[in-house]
Amino acid sequence: MLELEARAEPSRLMSWASPLLAVALMLAGGLAVFAALGKDPVEGFRVFFLNPVKDLYALSELLLKATPLMLCAIGLAIGFRANVWNIGAEGQFMLGAVAATGVALYFGDSESALVLPAMVLAGAAGGAAWAAIPALLRTRFNANEILVSLMLVYVAQLFVSWLVFGPWKDPDGFNFPQTRMFAEAATLPMVIEGTRLHFGFAIALAALVAGYAFMNRSHAGFRMRVAGEAVDAARYAGFSATRMIWVGLLLGGAAAGLAGMGEVAGPMGQLTDKVASGYGFAAIIVAFVGRLNAFGILLASLLMALLYIGGEQAQQYLNLPNSISMVFQGMLLFFLLGADVFIHYRLRLRRRGA
Amino acid sequence: MPILPPLTPPQPSAAAPARLVLQGIGKVYPTVVANDDIGLTVRAGEIRAILGENGAGKSTLMKIIYGVTRPSSGRMFWEGEEVQVESPAHARSLGIGMVFQHFSLFETLTVVENVALALPGKPALDALAQRIVEVSARYGLPVDPRRHIHALSVGERQRVEIVRCLLQDPRLLIMDEPTSVLTPQAVRKLFETLRRLADEGCSILYISHKLDEIRELCHTATVLRGGRVTGECIPAQETPASMARLMIGKELPRCEHDAPQAGGEVRLRLAGLSHASDDPFGTDLRDLHLDVHAGEIVGIAGVSGNGQQELLRVISGEEPLAERFPVQICGVEAGRLSPGRRRRLGMAFVPEERLGRGAVPTMSLADNALLTAAHNQGLVTAGFLRFERARAFARRCIDDFNVKCGGPAAAAKSLSGGNLQKFIVGREILQAPRLLVCAQPTWGVDVGAAAFIRQQIIDLRNRGCAVLVISEELDELFEICDRIAVIAKGRLSPVRAAGDTSIEDIGVWMSGLWPGAGDTADAPLAMETPHA
Repeated sequence: MLELEARAEPSRLMSWASPLLAVALMLAGGLAVFAALGKDPVEGFRVFFLNPVKDLYALSELLLKATPLMLCAIGLAIGFRANVWNIGAEGQFMLGAVAATGVALYFGDSESALVLPAMVLAGAAGGAAWAAIPALLRTRFNANEILVSLMLVYVAQLFVSWLVFGPWKDPDGFNFPQTRMFAEAATLPMVIEGTRLHFGFAIALAALVAGYAFMNRSHAGFRMRVAGEAVDAARYAGFSATRMIWVGLLLGGAAAGLAGMGEVAGPMGQLTDKVASGYGFAAIIVAFVGRLNAFGILLASLLMALLYIGGEQAQQYLNLPNSISMVFQGMLLFFLLGADVFIHYRLRLRRRGA
Repeated sequence: MPILPPLTPPQPSAAAPARLVLQGIGKVYPTVVANDDIGLTVRAGEIRAILGENGAGKSTLMKIIYGVTRPSSGRMFWEGEEVQVESPAHARSLGIGMVFQHFSLFETLTVVENVALALPGKPALDALAQRIVEVSARYGLPVDPRRHIHALSVGERQRVEIVRCLLQDPRLLIMDEPTSVLTPQAVRKLFETLRRLADEGCSILYISHKLDEIRELCHTATVLRGGRVTGECIPAQETPASMARLMIGKELPRCEHDAPQAGGEVRLRLAGLSHASDDPFGTDLRDLHLDVHAGEIVGIAGVSGNGQQELLRVISGEEPLAERFPVQICGVEAGRLSPGRRRRLGMAFVPEERLGRGAVPTMSLADNALLTAAHNQGLVTAGFLRFERARAFARRCIDDFNVKCGGPAAAAKSLSGGNLQKFIVGREILQAPRLLVCAQPTWGVDVGAAAFIRQQIIDLRNRGCAVLVISEELDELFEICDRIAVIAKGRLSPVRAAGDTSIEDIGVWMSGLWPGAGDTADAPLAMETPHA
C-alpha cells in the first residue's frame, strides 16, 4: 500500500525538481492530447515546442511574448510572498496601457524625447492606481483583495472598450475599436533590428533584477517575507500589515502597468480592446511555476511564452483551436500543484496491517 | 501547600493481571527516535508518574497508548490481553481516557453538548446533564452542564474534560501536565479527585515535570530521558534533587539571587491602563497601575486567561492603544507607538509563543536575528540587509546562550523548544535593553535550560535593566522576582515584595481576592494586609 508520509522538513531538491516534473508531465499529457485528436504526436511536438525556437526571429518573438509575463509575474511574486493575493494584474495591465495611451495621444505628433519616459511613468502609475483600489478597500474595510482585484479586471476591460469604441476611437480607423497609431516618439525602440523585440524586454530584465534585490536583499522585502511566513511574528516584530498590503499591491500594479505600457508602445503601437489577452492571469501561473523567485520567473515566463506561441503554431499548421495553449497552461499548473505535494511529503511503500 | 494524607500504594494482587503493560515500545520518526525500547507496567488503582524533560518522549508514549499514533515496534497488553490500539475511539472503548494539556472543547457549545459529542451514538441531553451533575458531585468537580464553555474559567474547562472522561468509566486515565493552568488551591482539589479515583480502582498515568507534585500525588514514577526509561522510583522516598538527577542526568542548577538595587528610575509605568479586548472571549483590562524600576524584576502571577495575553500585547505594542499615557516606556508616553518604535526606546520583549511569533519557523536563525535586532545591532544599512552582520549576531546569541543547533543557517523550527527559547531570550538580552518584558520565560523548557534562562534574566537585572516577567509558574516567580503582583479577571493586585508574601497568599489572590479588590472580593476571607 502506498502512503504519503510527511517529510521532517521540506525538500529543497523537490522544490526545484517539481516544476521540471510538471513540465515533463505536461509534455506527456500534450502528446496524449495530440494523439487523441488524431494528430501525429511527433509532428505536434515539433510544431508546438520546436517551431518557436527554430531561428533568431522565432526566438525574438518568444522573448517578446515573455516580456509582459515576466513583468507581471515579478510584481505579483512580491505580493504573493507576503500573502497579498493580487489576482487582478490583468486589469492593472489594461489601466497601465490606458494611461500610457493617454500620454501618447496627448502628445500626438510631438517628437520630444520626453514622451516615452512620460509613458513609462504613466503606465506604472496607472497600474498602481488600479491596484490601489483593492489595497484601500482591504486596509480600510477589510474587503478581500482576491475578489476586489479580480472584479476590477472586468471593470477595466469595459473601461478600455468604452474608450476605444468611444472617445479614443481612431476617426480614420474604419470604425475598428482602436486608437490612432502612436507617433514614432511614443513607440519603444527595438532591441534587435529586423525583429519586433522592443526595449520593454530590457525593462523587464531590469525589473527582474530589481525584484530580486527587493525580495532577497532589502529590509522591506524581508519584512514582507516574514509577513507571508508568520503573521504573528511580523506583528511581534512591529512590521505594519497595512504597509505590506499597500507595497504588495502597488508594486504588483506598477509592474503590470509597465507591461501594459510595453504592449501598446511596442508591438501594438495603439490601444485596442484586445490589449491584455490574458497576460495578467497567465502571470499568476508564471509566478508560481517560477517559485516566486526572480530567476525562476525568468525561466517560467519563457516556458509560458513558448506555450502561447506553440498554440498559435498549432492553430496554423495543425488546424487545432487556439485554446490548445490554454489546455497546456492548465495542465502545467495542475501538474505543478500535484508535484508540489512532494515538497512536504514523500511516498512510502507500506505493508498492509504493519 | 498542605500535604495530602500519606499514600497507601495499591496492593498488587497475584491473580489479577496488570492493567497496562508495555514491552519494548519504540517510535521512530524520520529524524528522531522518540521512544526506544520502553517498558512500563501500571496496576489497578496505581497513580504512576511519567517524569521527563521536554523532548524526553512522554507525549509520544501517551499518544501511542491512546491510539493517536502507532508504535514502530513493541507490544501492548491491556488487562492481560495483547492489543493494538487503532484509534482514540478504540482506546476509549477499552476504557482508556485522556485529558489533554490543550483542551479540545467547542467554546460556543454548552458543557453537556460538548460531552455528548465525545460519546458514541446520540445521547439524550437531559439524561446526560443529570449524569454530569451526579459524576461531578461524586468526585468534587462542580460543573454546571448548561453553561457555555467560553464563559468558564480554565480550571472549570479542565473539570469538563475530566468529567467527560469519567462518564465513560475509564479504568486508565492519562493526564498530560494538568496543573499548568490551575491555582495552587485548584491543584489540591484536583489531587483529591485523582486520589479518590485511584481508590476506586482507576489507574492514572500522570505526566509532569513538576517534582513536588509528583512526590505528593504519585505512588510510583517512571523516568524518561532521551526516549528511554532511565529509572523507576517511589517518589515519596526520593528528594526533588534525586529525581531531578534521574530526569536530567545531573544536579538541578539553582539561580543566584541577591538583593535588588534600590531607587532605580521608572522604566515601565502603567498609568490606569484599561483596554477592551477585540476577542469576544478575551479579557478586558481594567484600570491597571504598575511601576517597574531599573534594577528590579517584577513578576505578574495569574491563572492563564485572566488578561495576561491582552496585557502583553498592549505593552509590546502589538495591540496599540487609542491614548498615549497609559503605557509609559522609559519616560515616554508610548501607548500609541508601534512595537518597532517601542523597541527603539529600549524595550525588548520575549513572547510566550516561540514558533510563529518569537521566531519565523521556516527562516534561519540569522534571519530570525533580523526580526527584532535589525536596527539595534546595525544589521540594515540604507534599507539593505547586512547578512554577514546578521550571521555574526546570531552566532553570538548561539555561543553566549549555549544554543544547541546547526549554526546561524539552521531553520528556527529545527531547534528544540528549549534551545529556540534560549536563542530568542539571547537575541533580546544581547540587545542590551533598558526594559525587558518576558512572557512565560521557561514554559515547556527543560529544567537545565530553565535555570540558565532565569540566571540570565537575573544577571540582566543586576546590570540595571528593568524586567517584567509574566508567568503562570509561581515557583519560578518566587525564585527570580523582587516584587510580585497578581492579575485576575483583567485587574491587577497591589504589588508585594516577594519576601513579604508567600505562594499560599498569592494563590488566594489568583482567584481575584486581594485586599481592596472591590466587587470581586465576595468570599469571606480574612485579609489583614492593608491596601497598598
